[in-house]
Amino acid sequence: MPNSSTPLLSIRHLVKHFDISGSLLDQLTWEKGRLRRRRTTVKAVNDVSFEIRRGETLSVVGESGCGKSTLARTVIGLYPPNRGKIIYGDQRIDNLSARQMLPYRRRMQMIFQDPYASLNPRMTVARTLEEPVVFHNPSMSGAAAAEKVADVMRQVGVDPKWADRYPHEFSGGQRQRISIARALMVDPEFIVADEPVSALDVSIQAQILNLLMDAQDQRGLTYLFITHDLSVVRHISTRVAVIYLGTLCELAPAADIFSRPRHPYTQALLSAIPRLGEQRSQHIRLKGEVPTPIQLPTGCVFNGRCRYADARCREEVPVATPLGPDALVACHRVAEGKL
Amino acid sequence: MTHLLEVENLEVKFALRFGDLTALDDISFHLDKKEKLGIVGESGAGKSVTGFAIINLLSKPGYIAGGRILFEGREINRLSDEELRQIRGNLISMIFQDPMMTLNPVLTIGTQMVETVMAHCRVGKAEARGLALEKLRKVYIPSPEKRLEQYPHEMSGGMRQRIVIAIALLTNPGLIIADEPTTALDVTIQAGIMDLLTELCETEEMGLILITHDLAVVSRVTERIAVMYAGRIIETGLTHEIVGHPRHPYTIGLINSLPGTRRAGSRLEQIPGMMPNLTAIPAGCAFHPRCFFAAEECRRTRPELSAVNGGRHWAACLRLDQTAGPNHLHD
Repeated sequence: MPNSSTPLLSIRHLVKHFDISGSLLDQLTWEKGRLRRRRTTVKAVNDVSFEIRRGETLSVVGESGCGKSTLARTVIGLYPPNRGKIIYGDQRIDNLSARQMLPYRRRMQMIFQDPYASLNPRMTVARTLEEPVVFHNPSMSGAAAAEKVADVMRQVGVDPKWADRYPHEFSGGQRQRISIARALMVDPEFIVADEPVSALDVSIQAQILNLLMDAQDQRGLTYLFITHDLSVVRHISTRVAVIYLGTLCELAPAADIFSRPRHPYTQALLSAIPRLGEQRSQHIRLKGEVPTPIQLPTGCVFNGRCRYADARCREEVPVATPLGPDALVACHRVAEGKL
Repeated sequence: MTHLLEVENLEVKFALRFGDLTALDDISFHLDKKEKLGIVGESGAGKSVTGFAIINLLSKPGYIAGGRILFEGREINRLSDEELRQIRGNLISMIFQDPMMTLNPVLTIGTQMVETVMAHCRVGKAEARGLALEKLRKVYIPSPEKRLEQYPHEMSGGMRQRIVIAIALLTNPGLIIADEPTTALDVTIQAGIMDLLTELCETEEMGLILITHDLAVVSRVTERIAVMYAGRIIETGLTHEIVGHPRHPYTIGLINSLPGTRRAGSRLEQIPGMMPNLTAIPAGCAFHPRCFFAAEECRRTRPELSAVNGGRHWAACLRLDQTAGPNHLHD
């Protein structure tokens, strides 16, 4: 096994844009007496680079529409990136054919937010769980697969005697346990979890978070955890990446980012978390609203709402630069040492 | 002294084929002007039904089976539809979770606001429009004249929720019931909306009932809380009392299960099992199958709210002598 400091997965200058301009006819417009073709693209992920280390939980946080789910789906190969590289271990995987990708698909699994939508309602739990393991190991006998199903079901706290039931017979928390079981069936190393507890009640949320942490301890899993819930992030993360408008603002160890956020957006975001027992809020009020990802601001994407923005921020795009041994911050003012 | 709102022994049932289902059981609380009460609980605890019962929006087969709801001393749960219309929307307004569902997508904001004013007050169109502008300014909508001409889809979620609040304010209500008003919004937007509601309670002299599953939001905004479980209030009192020294095992479990109250990376305390379905509420204390402190008597006797700390804190638990342990909040 490679030593723990080599990254399990790294992404380099990843870009994902979606073309939403529709058909050719929708793209054509008259302008100044000439026919012109215009394309509209949503710039969901823009030049994001970071590494995920073996055994860690890297959380990606940001507000709705910031591109965090797109980032997760691109990393795991559900969307092809427009530019940039995804490197798993020492192999570039973003340009592989479906066939070449197969062994990596077994090593990377995903858990989705809504356990009502992510389980096939017409498949029993047993079939849902068997499918991935039989697909990846065609030679496996039926008995061995059934044994594996029972084994994993026990691990996630669902009684194996319910294997012949359908998803609608389970509660939301139970279904999320089954989704987790499905991801664990093929013994992956890396799990992308997109808002896995956001649809659950508080007391159930704690059960699922404990399950995820236990699975990580027992199996040495690496997580890429996508969420907007900052108290969850604080609890489970090794490191945290903050995304705004598809751009990486800051990446730092969880303890540091919560005690000393450096990027002005991170500061505003963290100050808005309501804490138990805290009477008055003293959050940083951001002016305006998040700009559209169709028309990104020039310079720093945050400049229009930042209280420290100056002329340079409006023109020059800040690059995520290392700050200390373990942190990245994309901010001119921080780089200049003024913040 | 009469309170702004008094709910006494409210009981709500749903008439179903196999008999009546009790959704709310013996709910009592009160609220004064400028006061903010949080109703907290998980899905299915009966928080939203409480809100609907107060403004009598319970849809069939739900009905109020017992108890009284008094608004400014007047009993409002036995009024005719016409009398009720005067109160609902006029004196009591309600805000829901998803502003896109509340607003009509095919009408401009202006049309919807003017319509609301004219349905409730005898005013002309120009006057109604003026009132709409005034309320939009109150909720800090920039360039309100322009917004009146726009459709809901042209605005962000936070902006839409502000518009919904402006609409709720149109009739100068005495009470606003906000049902999960920020659950669909991002934290930075959520903080702004909560500040706005708090400020409006003060300036407009309104009472606020905040219905939510989010204890942290409630603890930031409200003065008093009622925690609900399986259709009953199981703990109520001053917010800082309950958050700081919860006494009902369910509230204790709920607070301890929140990430952020314990050391990062440690196991979260979890409440085993899940809330019972209303069709199968356990006998005795409804929480006993999940309770760490449960004893034999909890299986048989249903606990009533009893005072824990003078007039500041009540809890419905037979084992209160056991639950006074150290506060787990900050370890």
